[in-house]
Amino acid sequence: MNIDFLDGNEMVALGAFEAGCNFFAGYPITPASAILQQMIDDLPKHGGTAIQAEDEIASIGFCIGAAMTGKKVLTATSGPGLSLYSENIGMAIMGETPMVIVDVQRHGPATGSATKDGASDIQFARWSTSGGYPIIALVPTCVEECYTMAIQAFNYAEQFRTPVFLLSSKEIAMTRERVDWSKIKKPEIVNRTYHKPEDGKYIPYRFVNSEDIPPFAAYGGEELTRYTTSTHDENANLLADPAKIQRMMDHLNKKIDADKVSLVVKDFEEGAETLVVSYGVTSRTAREAIKMARANNVKVSSLVIHSVWPVPEKEIKNALKGMKKVVVPEMNAGQYIYEVQRLIDNNAQLIGVNTMDTKLINPEKIYQAIVG
Amino acid sequence: MSTTAAPASTFLFEDKKFPFCPGCGHTVSANALNKALVTLQIDPKQTVIVTDIGCVGLTDHYFNINAFHGLHGRSITYATGIKLANPELNVIVLMGDGGLGIGGGHFLNAARRNIGITVLVFNNFNYGMTGGQHSTTTPMHGITSTTPEGNDENPVDICALVGAVNGSFAARTTVYDKDLTDIMIAAIQHKGFAAVDIWEPCTAYFSKKNDMNKDGILGMMSSLGYGKGILLNKSREELTEKIKKHTAEQMAIVIPKQKEQKHFQHNLKKKTSLVIAGSAGERVISSSFLLAYSGIISGLFVTQKDDFPITVMTGYSVSEIIFSDEEILYTEIDKPDYMFILSMNGYERVKNRINANTIIITDESLNMNELLKEKVDAKNIINVPIVKEARAIDKNYAVMIGLSAFLHHSKLYSHDAFVEAINTKNKPAFIEKSLQAIEVGAQMIKNLVNS
Ligand SMILES: Cc1ncc(C[n+]2csc(CCOP(=O)(O)OP(=O)(O)O)c2C)c(N)n1
Ligand code: SF4
Ligand SMILES: [Mg+2]
Repeated sequence: MNIDFLDGNEMVALGAFEAGCNFFAGYPITPASAILQQMIDDLPKHGGTAIQAEDEIASIGFCIGAAMTGKKVLTATSGPGLSLYSENIGMAIMGETPMVIVDVQRHGPATGSATKDGASDIQFARWSTSGGYPIIALVPTCVEECYTMAIQAFNYAEQFRTPVFLLSSKEIAMTRERVDWSKIKKPEIVNRTYHKPEDGKYIPYRFVNSEDIPPFAAYGGEELTRYTTSTHDENANLLADPAKIQRMMDHLNKKIDADKVSLVVKDFEEGAETLVVSYGVTSRTAREAIKMARANNVKVSSLVIHSVWPVPEKEIKNALKGMKKVVVPEMNAGQYIYEVQRLIDNNAQLIGVNTMDTKLINPEKIYQAIVG
Repeated sequence: MSTTAAPASTFLFEDKKFPFCPGCGHTVSANALNKALVTLQIDPKQTVIVTDIGCVGLTDHYFNINAFHGLHGRSITYATGIKLANPELNVIVLMGDGGLGIGGGHFLNAARRNIGITVLVFNNFNYGMTGGQHSTTTPMHGITSTTPEGNDENPVDICALVGAVNGSFAARTTVYDKDLTDIMIAAIQHKGFAAVDIWEPCTAYFSKKNDMNKDGILGMMSSLGYGKGILLNKSREELTEKIKKHTAEQMAIVIPKQKEQKHFQHNLKKKTSLVIAGSAGERVISSSFLLAYSGIISGLFVTQKDDFPITVMTGYSVSEIIFSDEEILYTEIDKPDYMFILSMNGYERVKNRINANTIIITDESLNMNELLKEKVDAKNIINVPIVKEARAIDKNYAVMIGLSAFLHHSKLYSHDAFVEAINTKNKPAFIEKSLQAIEVGAQMIKNLVNS
């Protein structure tokens, strides 16, 4: 198998093709534009449709419409565009739409620095829309993971009928790396569960247990189906009955289960009392710092979080056991550190290593936090 | 259009009644739509009614047809997505004048694209659902809750919007006109984007405050000088038809099988970083890619990232490459081992990172010895006549010469790997000169060693 030299944006596109993505809509924005470009160039070769919309609101709108027609849809943007997706993200949650949203994070609020990195949107992705309902977000640490996690993001979107975020960032998206295909473990492809005629009349939002995912029927199929942005009963009719509303909202809350979506990489060292919790490109800097520490006989464990949302609480709690110091490096003012903080149940010291200067965090800084 | 045997006599749920206020125009328009669909004998499975927000947005509940109820002003975007995804479907949007205002961009763009959806605007000159505020179609001097003294703004002419972007179908009518159903039928049958501006009373608000009954509405139309009936009906190729052709062409392209990749040995002793600093237009990034890729096929881990201003055709162009025999975790080059400086633009961008141990490969004309005399030992500065030699080939190949000089100085891996990268990854038209250039670069270093 060939060894390629690709960047994260290219690998997201390749992962999407592999997952069976057949619809893309997007709007140009650095550092995500290359995904739009590759989709325009190559998706039709796979029989799919890719289109540049008039703005991000239309991009995600096209995607939601297409998703309910049975397509596996992708859109890609960066912080400013994600802001414009906001209302539709809520609708995608409410309407139970399978879709993948790539946010190639860039630096800063508003326009920020278009061509520079920052883990700007970790909490924004979580709370990007009104209502406060759960979402799934995956964060790759390298180019190869852009591929595997794009596939995984589609899998979760299909499995849970929900928008799934892939939060890459400029330094992964626009840095080329060695891609050794023989070493990549491709996730099995998961497709949404369709309604079967033998199951009787199709009811678009029917579930038995709160956590169940309603089977899907596409527009243009054998069943009539309805989609709605409003609080609805199982037939997609407007709901006014508080007990029924509660049941529906419990469903949206409970169907996303951290036990079913928990992707972490553990590198625990026997006897370590210091833990580094990291995600994204910063995990690599953290690994560099951990190597330095271990070379100096400092024991340190590492937990890299790939599925930042829902918070893999069990894994974090497990990693925190017996720790006296917890280091959380982030290329922002400190966003995920609070998720770790609330899970600490001893007196462990919590140290954030934070930079917002658009550069990768220097390993030395993390090393100092580990040994200091 | 129907696939069922017994003709449908209605598509409305028999046990539901429209929820609108007594006399509301929405009831008339919704019933007319039902009649149009019955006349056309549409297949409800092959039809989607997409509704916007507002009182109008309640309408889809009453039709036993596929339905999509979306956000305020965005119904056209969902309809577009549905049509793009499945062009066989009849996609009918029901939106208010409020939705048209907030989602005006989508309306214009859908008309411009000529996507084959039907947009019926239930235009009652105000926001019914939220209490009768003014909308973009409220007439001048119209009284609404937010224009208590009369509206100061000019109303939008919905049909003219379609014309402004060379759209293909636009019609205007009212709930008092007999042709309402027929116009809807024509709009649904139209191949391409079709919009119908349907003037209606909102009996709860706008009609009450402005005495806008039948006479008022019809009178307003003539006083504004607006036309009625089908105002625009052009034949233009519909968007999904074009996309279908494009997709078929693209799918027919046979992608050549990747050639067996050749692999080479490397001599890398320690991780080595290189910063290439040039100017826009010098092919810094594409040339650097070829060098980096030759490292890949020599079995190395390599990272490459680029830095250039948004105005790509001017200013600096910088590429940064790290070569290593193990996974590269931290991709920032804080202390470059090598720097190849081809122009002052690039130099200015990267000069702060030059340190005493950096080996500088540079064009002799830049006079780096003078500029760097405080920072770098002269023996670490390799001055070569890159620009002069490039002129003999083509000035666009100066970067290739310098990169080859780097490779032969660092001896990280073989010249053959660079040749292979050029042969397999460069644009065919660039191969010959690239190969010439890297020979020149190699020779420069040999001459240096010999002298
Ligand atoms: C983003 C957003 N802003 C505001 C609203 C509140 N809102 C609900 S309906 C409506 C106006 C609807 O007016 P129109 O489209 O003319 O429909 P009508 O009620 O007249 O049928 C507004 C502003 C909303 N739902 N969403
Ligand atoms: S408020 Fe106006 S638009 Fe809404 S139902 Fe009543 S009359 Fe119709
Ligand atoms: Mg209205």
